Amino acid sequence: MSSEEYRRQESELDELYRDIIIDHYRNPRHRGHLTAPSASHEGLNPLCGDEVTVEVVVDGGTLAEIAYSGSGCSISQSAASMMTEAVAGKSVAETRRLIGDFTAMMRGEESVDAEALGDLEAMSGVRKFPVRIKCATLAWHTLAEALEEASAD
Amino acid sequence: MRQETRDGVLDVVAIRSDFPILEREVHGKRLVYLDNAATSQKPRQVIDALVRYYETYNANIHRAVHALGEEATAAYEEAREKVARFIGAPSSESVIFTRNTTEAINLVAYAWGRANVGEGDEIILTQMEHHSNLIPWQQLAAEKGATIRYIEITPEGTLELGNLSALFSPRTKLLAMPHVSNSLGTINPAEEIVAEASKRGVTTLVDGAQAMPHMPVDVQAVGADFYAFSAHKMLGPTGVGVLYARRELLEEMAPFLGGGEMILKVTFEGATWNDLPWKFEAGTPNIADVIAFGSAIDYLDALGMDNVRRHEIEVTTYALERLRALDDVTLYGPDDPEQRGGVVSFNFGDLHPHDVGTILDRHGVAIRAGHHCTQPLMRCLGVTGTARASFYIYNTQEEVDALIEGLKAARDFFN
Ligand SMILES: Cc1ncc(COP(=O)(O)O)c(C=O)c1O
Repeated sequence: MSSEEYRRQESELDELYRDIIIDHYRNPRHRGHLTAPSASHEGLNPLCGDEVTVEVVVDGGTLAEIAYSGSGCSISQSAASMMTEAVAGKSVAETRRLIGDFTAMMRGEESVDAEALGDLEAMSGVRKFPVRIKCATLAWHTLAEALEEASAD
Repeated sequence: MRQETRDGVLDVVAIRSDFPILEREVHGKRLVYLDNAATSQKPRQVIDALVRYYETYNANIHRAVHALGEEATAAYEEAREKVARFIGAPSSESVIFTRNTTEAINLVAYAWGRANVGEGDEIILTQMEHHSNLIPWQQLAAEKGATIRYIEITPEGTLELGNLSALFSPRTKLLAMPHVSNSLGTINPAEEIVAEASKRGVTTLVDGAQAMPHMPVDVQAVGADFYAFSAHKMLGPTGVGVLYARRELLEEMAPFLGGGEMILKVTFEGATWNDLPWKFEAGTPNIADVIAFGSAIDYLDALGMDNVRRHEIEVTTYALERLRALDDVTLYGPDDPEQRGGVVSFNFGDLHPHDVGTILDRHGVAIRAGHHCTQPLMRCLGVTGTARASFYIYNTQEEVDALIEGLKAARDFFN
């Protein structure tokens, strides 16, 4: 392999495992359980066996509290951690918009507002690894389900 | 075929030259294919057989009066004869072609299971089933109100047989088990367990998907009523599976699928079924791939299954040694390479198997990461998944070295 090729690959791996992703994997935020969640949903990635449970407290249209638990690869778990940090305290409407933007970014759509995504943009490197995209979006789909359940009550 | 064994030792260089895909690069590195338990690669002889069929005698079988149809029918039935000989079946009437192992097991669950398992009956399985030998029985049990009992696994990843007899009851109708575990590599004592079932009049099915490709198997010596395996894991094309079954059972069973090929005489009022084995092969079968599977059998026959097995023991022994030398590797399954097929499941430090798999892929090394379609077993092991390297006739010690180098790179990357 040429050294150029080698560098390209190493940089793709560095793109996948950006420092911030590794940091959230090693030092998860909002990991655990809430005492009185208004809704809780378990998301599964049958291909990989990744498991993420998202618990929320919705109070007056605001995502007052959020926590996640589960097990899986670095991408699935750090995606959950980064997500909780991004949405905690936001309005449900804003959160729904962010879910839309994040999943659109992972689908490679151009129209996404990168600024609104902030740190979450770090996950875009996962797109070069198609089988891992589901790992990155699992927590977000699970959060969407949890919000559905919370609003149904 | 050239000389690909010498004094019972596989000539791996000669073998490798038969597999065009092994020439290719992945991410700029020579492919190191260690995912053979998922599917094997195919030698040129098998690929050529497919091309020859489509280029020179493609025709439907069992229904044509013309030359092409006769040639295709003869080649298809010759493949069945080869399979019968290879597995030690008493006759080719006991060999039914399906799409894969999964379909073979489902055929039994529908055509035999629906007629023979009723409310309150019991089925015995093991805790190391592949989902394809688990879900069909769970579906049957739920539909009929039957119960499933499981042979447990020991901490070494073998079957706990100490209390086997306690699992049987007068209501036990079926015992199904894997011959070799796809997740742990464990070779189970199928003959012994089948004998325990048979002496109690319990029907038996052995899932041989991971055994038939890798070691000499004589289905009559195993003694099971049904034995299932897939062509694609043993050098053959995808889309072909085999159900071997004892003739008496096949005669009693109603067909699984209805349509052309499986009938003898049809009127508006009804039909009579064709003879064995065609009664269970409705519609146009996978002619090309069955014929090419015959070439895969020829290839393995020429190598000799004893030699295949010995080669895999060698590579596995070396892999286990090198993995153990990396101090943060957890290995699953029996320690003794003689007790396992060429499957090595492991976890590496606190790295998740998918992360390991992604880094290895960037080094050209293809392994499997995850639950390997054995989720309940993973729960028994207390893990969500493992990394799995699995070997075949073309794998070398140098490829094991590439795996180890990739693992070291993964460790460096995450630290
Ligand atoms: C032990 C075992 N049983 C059954 C299967 C299913 O085989 P197939 O997917 O060819 O139906 C496999 C392969 O994945 C296997 O390893």
